[in-house]
Amino acid sequence: MSLYSFGLDPVSCHAWNKDRTQIAISPNTTEVHIYQKSGKEWTKIHELTQHSGRITGIDWAPISNRIVTCASDRNAYVWTLKDRVWKPTLVLLRINRAATCVKWSPLENKFALGSGARIISVCYFEKENDWWLSKHIKKPIRSTVLSLDWHPNNILLAAGSSDFQCRVFSGYIKDIEEKPGPTAWGSKMPFGEMLLEQGDDGGWVHSVCFSPSGNSLAWVSHSSTICVTDAANKKTVTQLKTEYLPLLAVLYLNETEIVAAGHDCCPYQFSYTGPGSLKYIGKIDLPKQNSKVNMSAMQHFRNLDKRATTENENTDLETLHQNSISQLCIVEGDRSKVTKFSSVGLDGDMVVWDFKH
Amino acid sequence: MSKATTNVDFRKVDVDQYEEEKYEDDAVVDDGVTGPNDAEVQALIAKGRLADALQTVLSTPPIASKNPAVKDKAAQVVMKVLTAFKAADIDGAIKNLDQNKLDVLMKYIYRGFEMSSEGNGAQLLVWHDKVFAVTGLGSIVRVLTDRRRV
Repeated sequence: MSLYSFGLDPVSCHAWNKDRTQIAISPNTTEVHIYQKSGKEWTKIHELTQHSGRITGIDWAPISNRIVTCASDRNAYVWTLKDRVWKPTLVLLRINRAATCVKWSPLENKFALGSGARIISVCYFEKENDWWLSKHIKKPIRSTVLSLDWHPNNILLAAGSSDFQCRVFSGYIKDIEEKPGPTAWGSKMPFGEMLLEQGDDGGWVHSVCFSPSGNSLAWVSHSSTICVTDAANKKTVTQLKTEYLPLLAVLYLNETEIVAAGHDCCPYQFSYTGPGSLKYIGKIDLPKQNSKVNMSAMQHFRNLDKRATTENENTDLETLHQNSISQLCIVEGDRSKVTKFSSVGLDGDMVVWDFKH
Repeated sequence: MSKATTNVDFRKVDVDQYEEEKYEDDAVVDDGVTGPNDAEVQALIAKGRLADALQTVLSTPPIASKNPAVKDKAAQVVMKVLTAFKAADIDGAIKNLDQNKLDVLMKYIYRGFEMSSEGNGAQLLVWHDKVFAVTGLGSIVRVLTDRRRV
């Protein structure tokens, strides 16, 4: 695993380019910074400053090389690289509250955006007028949409919301794609059709993730639980109540292994093998051994002088991250077999973790 | 402290009632569970079968009830059971509880802190410590986030 610190400010969101040589992050401000990898260091090469509100979501489409950013100023921009400069195009969202999260679809012909206006905007490019249009999914969402994830079939969309529910909608736009075939989630899929609504008893749904095949959906909630619903088995929900602080991000590493991280600053591995069997496997961050080295007399005196104590109190956390992890992203491997994933947190650090299957 | 000399009644006006799309929290449906049978639990405590008494009160919490009197009564019964335990027996009783019952127990412990009658405090803290050792921070978070309140 490798750690890189982007400074003291929290990293609110991040996205990688196709070959993972560049990363776009937002240091909890109205700007997006793009860094280029040079050896072990990262150097800033671009600053995207079009937004007037705090950036809440960034997603980088690997094949078409476009970045979509959304912010609390109720806007989203699609950025394209022209002559080595990123040029923004405004997206007509028609929302009256902040945008909270954004994700490109697998085929990159559309993207979904969640907002505090209780609306999911599915946006696509209309060639005739050369602009990005949006279609809204409103019912029956009753509160802010906190997280989104696309199904591999490019049609279904999972959304986690602060009305304690996790839902699956159809994001089928007939102007730009053909009618989808039936899936395990349902067969009739007009735009905005809700195919699943599953809730906890309390606790915002912070993050959702489809499995590589799309047959199961995992989500993490503020009630310190992780749930998986299995479309292949009549949409049965399996819930695991954890003994940790709430998790904020969840990611599938292969069809059965799930990694989730959150306020405990450490990624945890879970395994789902069928309805009723969702197990906690272990921590992915192995804590460093607290070395009780014999202190020299000089250190003793220094401690006594500075802190009026003779103990070697280390106030750092044992985990690599020193503050909550806010987002997980695939770095290496495709969805069905992830070998490296990255985490960013409120401590301003980005850590790339290795995973062996 | 000084008394407010200006009229602050405007702070009590409920502006949310004018919101068109007001969020109605209707998730908790009353399923008629009215809490543990007081007499039965008293009998178990008298016989000294405290672990069984604990199991009984934790399996029928009136979580879905909209009647605060029902909830208060159930909470009182649970407090009686919890205070009847000797500190040494608590570990054994906790071992036999499953995850759901442990969450309900943690909810009652915090309810007990709320009610804070004199004498209970120390015993409740011992219970809290022991349950926390088994379930960790997760159950405390669930006490705070779960809309099905005890």
